[in-house]
Amino acid sequence: MTLLSDGVTGMAGLSGGWSAGRSPGRAVVVRAVAAVGVLALLVVLAADAGAAKKKERPDAITEAVGILQSAKTAGQGSRENQRALVALTGSGERAMLPILTGFQKATPEGLNWLRNAFEQIAESLRAARKPLPADALRAFVMETGNSADARRLAWDTLVSEDARLAEQVIPGMLNDPSPEFRRDAVELLLKQAAQAEGAAATDLYRRAMGGAVHEDQVKTIAEALRKAGETVDISRHFGFVTSWKIVGPFDNREEKGFAVAYAPETEIVQERPNVEAEYDGMNGKVRWQTVETTDDFGVVDIAKQIENFKGSVMYAVAEWSSPAQQTLQVRLGTPNAWKLWVNGALVFEREEYHRSTQLDQYSVPVQLKPGVNVLAFKICQNEQTQDWAQKYQFQLRVCDSTGVGVLPGPVVVRNGVSRKTALNKGGAE
Amino acid sequence: MIRPVAKFVILAVVCGVLSSVSLRAGDWKQFRGNEANSVASGESLPTELSGSTIAWKAALPGRGVSGPVIVDGRVFVSASSGYTQNRLHVVSIDAENGMQLWQRQFYAAGRTQTHEKMANATPTMASDGQRVFAFFSSNDLFCLDLKGRLLWYRGLGREFPNASNSLGMSSSPIVVGGILVVQVESDAEAFACGVDVITGETRWQIQRPRAANWTSPALIPGRAGRAAQVLLQSSKGLTAVDPESGKILWDFDKGASTIPSATVAAGTVYVPSNGLTALKPGVDAVEQLWNSGSISPATSSPVVAGNLALVLNSSGVLNAASLETGERVWQLRLRGPFSGTPVFAGGHLYLVNEAGVAFVVKPEADQGTIVSELDLGETILCSPGVSGGGLFVRSDGHLIKLATPK
Repeated sequence: MTLLSDGVTGMAGLSGGWSAGRSPGRAVVVRAVAAVGVLALLVVLAADAGAAKKKERPDAITEAVGILQSAKTAGQGSRENQRALVALTGSGERAMLPILTGFQKATPEGLNWLRNAFEQIAESLRAARKPLPADALRAFVMETGNSADARRLAWDTLVSEDARLAEQVIPGMLNDPSPEFRRDAVELLLKQAAQAEGAAATDLYRRAMGGAVHEDQVKTIAEALRKAGETVDISRHFGFVTSWKIVGPFDNREEKGFAVAYAPETEIVQERPNVEAEYDGMNGKVRWQTVETTDDFGVVDIAKQIENFKGSVMYAVAEWSSPAQQTLQVRLGTPNAWKLWVNGALVFEREEYHRSTQLDQYSVPVQLKPGVNVLAFKICQNEQTQDWAQKYQFQLRVCDSTGVGVLPGPVVVRNGVSRKTALNKGGAE
Repeated sequence: MIRPVAKFVILAVVCGVLSSVSLRAGDWKQFRGNEANSVASGESLPTELSGSTIAWKAALPGRGVSGPVIVDGRVFVSASSGYTQNRLHVVSIDAENGMQLWQRQFYAAGRTQTHEKMANATPTMASDGQRVFAFFSSNDLFCLDLKGRLLWYRGLGREFPNASNSLGMSSSPIVVGGILVVQVESDAEAFACGVDVITGETRWQIQRPRAANWTSPALIPGRAGRAAQVLLQSSKGLTAVDPESGKILWDFDKGASTIPSATVAAGTVYVPSNGLTALKPGVDAVEQLWNSGSISPATSSPVVAGNLALVLNSSGVLNAASLETGERVWQLRLRGPFSGTPVFAGGHLYLVNEAGVAFVVKPEADQGTIVSELDLGETILCSPGVSGGGLFVRSDGHLIKLATPK
C-alpha cells in the first residue's frame, strides 16, 4: 500500500601459428609485413574495442546520475551514493543538466541525492563567482515534459540570481504540470485582479480559477467571483465525488469494528457490492441509502446527514467512470478511521481517530480501468465523548498528480449496451 | 609496511583528532543539550537581557518549531516551507556573526500535514560532532556532514506510511555512541529504531505502543562503567532500552505524559507521570522514589537546577519542587504559555514564552526571582540552544543569538 516515489580482450593465439616462409630474407620481409599487418589489425581492433567500450560504458557523470537516481530505501547503498555524489560535484557545471534530467526516473530517495549534488555545484559556482548555465537552465524550466521538481529547482536557482525572470516566465505557467508554478501564476493574477475593477477584475479571477489547485487560492477566487454575482462550482473544480450509497451502522464499540469485515465489506472485496441488499446492523436491519452532498468541498457529513452513531462503522460506495486505463490520485480527508478499496482492492487503510481533518489529508495513487470503477470507503466512529471528537465525515476527490480535479467520463458503452451501474447487479465490470 | 610504532602513532593521532571533533567543549548537540537534560554546563550567559544583548538575527528560509544545535562554532537548524510544507531545509550559520554558511533543501517523502501551530520542521536536529541529523514531522531523516554534503537519507514516512499523525510529529532523535535513536509513534503505527550514524541502516527496531506521542527520547549517560540507557516515554509509561541493541532493560508502567519528556539528573529520572515522578533506575529494574501530583508539566519538559525540579504548568506558572521529596517549594508566575523547554546555565533559568518574551529567572532554595526579561517580538516555540556564551532561539522567520555585548 502506498501513501502519498575491460579492456581489449586477449589477442593470444593470433600470431602463434604464423608460417616462417621460404627464405630467411624473405621470411624477414614477410615477418615484417606480417608484423605491420598484425599491428594494424591490433590498432583497428583496439580502436573498435575502444569505441565499443565507449558505447557500452556510460561516462562518469551518467554513471553517477544513474546510481543516485536509483538510490534505495532503508539506507542501503549509502557509501556508493556518497561516491557518486562526490563524482558529480567534482564534475561541476557539466553535471548540472544531467542531474536535472535524472530527476525524471528517480526514486524518492534518489530525488534528494540528486538535489544535494545540484545544490553543491550551484554553491561552488557562486563561491567562485562563475556564471550559472542560465540559458540551459531556463530551457530546461520551459520544457514541461521535464520533472516538475527538477524544473522548480532549476527555476529557484535562476531566480536567486535574477528575480526579474519571474515577470517574464510566471504568467505563462497558469496550466503548468507543477502545482508550485501554477500557484505563482495564480498569485500574479490575484494581485492584478485586486488592482482591477468590474468586468476586468472578474475576468482575471476567472482566469486564475482555471489554474488554481490550492484550497486557499480557490477560496479567495470563489469569494471574489461570488461577490461579483458569478456562479462557482468549487466541488466540480476539485473533482469531489458527491453522490454515494451508504449503509450502516455496524458495530465498532471499543474500536473493534475496524478489523471486522461486515457483509458489505465481503461483497466489496469480491467486487460484488449489491446496493439492493439488506444486512444485520448494530441496531437492526440496515439498507443502502443514497446520500448526496452539496458542500463546496464535498464533505459527506454522516453525523448530520444520517446520525452520529457512536462506536459504529459505515460503508460508502460510488461509481467512477473512466474513459481509459489511467493512474490518478484519490485524495481524501476525514477525522475518522478508514479503509479505501478501488474495484475490490484495498489501496490504503488508517486507524486514527480525531486528529483533525483537512482537504487532501491523504493522497493515494490509484489505477483506474476503462469503464465503471467502484470506489468503496469504510469509515469508523469511535466512542470518545469530547466535543472535538464528534465529527463523523469524509470528503473524497479524484485528481491528477498536480491536484487538478478529474471528473468521471461518460458511461462506457460496450457491445452496444450502456452499462449504467456496477452496484446493483452484483459486480463491477 | 608500516611499523607497529608508526601504526600506534597514526592511530593515536587519528583518535586524538576524532575525539577532539566529537567531544568539543561548548557544543549543544541535540534537543535539550548534549545529555538531553537542558543544562548548559560551564556556560555563562547574560542575565540582564536588553536590546543590546541581541548579538544578531539571521533570516531563515522557512517555518519551524525545531531548536538550534551548535557544533564547532556553527549553528544548525531545520525549517520547512511550501504550500504543503514539503520543502525541507537544513541551514548552517556561523555562531559568531550570524552569516549563513550554507543551506540545503530536500523533498519530503512522508505526510507533511501538521497542526497550524506546528511545522514539518518540529523535531530538533542532532549531531555526533562530525555529522548532523535532520528529522522532520514527515519522518524524513537526513544525515549530512558539517559542510552540507548528504551522507545518507531515510524516508521513514515512505517506509512506514501509517506511522504519521495528522496533527504532526515532534519527537527529536538523540545520538548515543554510533546510534541515532528515533522514536516514531502514532495511533496507526508506532516504533522506535536505532540507526547506524555511518550508514543510515537500521541496527534495531522495536514495536512501541500504538498511540499518538510527541515526546522525545531521554538519556541516562553511560558513566563509571555503566552503559548508557535511552528512555522512551509514552502514555503507557517509560521504557529503558540499550541504545546499541534496542534490548528493553526496564519498564515503568504507571503511565506518562505524551508531550513533555523525562529528564535525568545525577542518575535520577524525573518523568512527567501523574504529575511528576522521580525514578531510580538500575541496570535492569527501576524504583519509584516519589510522585508529586501537584506539579504537572504542560508542554515544556522538567529541568533540574541545583536541588530543585523546575516545571512550567499550563498557566505559565513556574513550580519548584524538592528533588528529595517532590514537594512544591515555591511558585513564580510568568506570562505563558510556553512551548519550549527552558535551559539552565550559570545558575539561571532561561525561558522564552510563545509570544517571544525571554525571561531570566534566578531559582533559589526558597524563591524564584525574575532577573530580567526581553520581548523578542516574534513567536518562539522552540527550546533554546546554548554555546560559547550565546543563547540561540529561532522563530518562523529568524535565528536569534543573545549574548553579552563585546
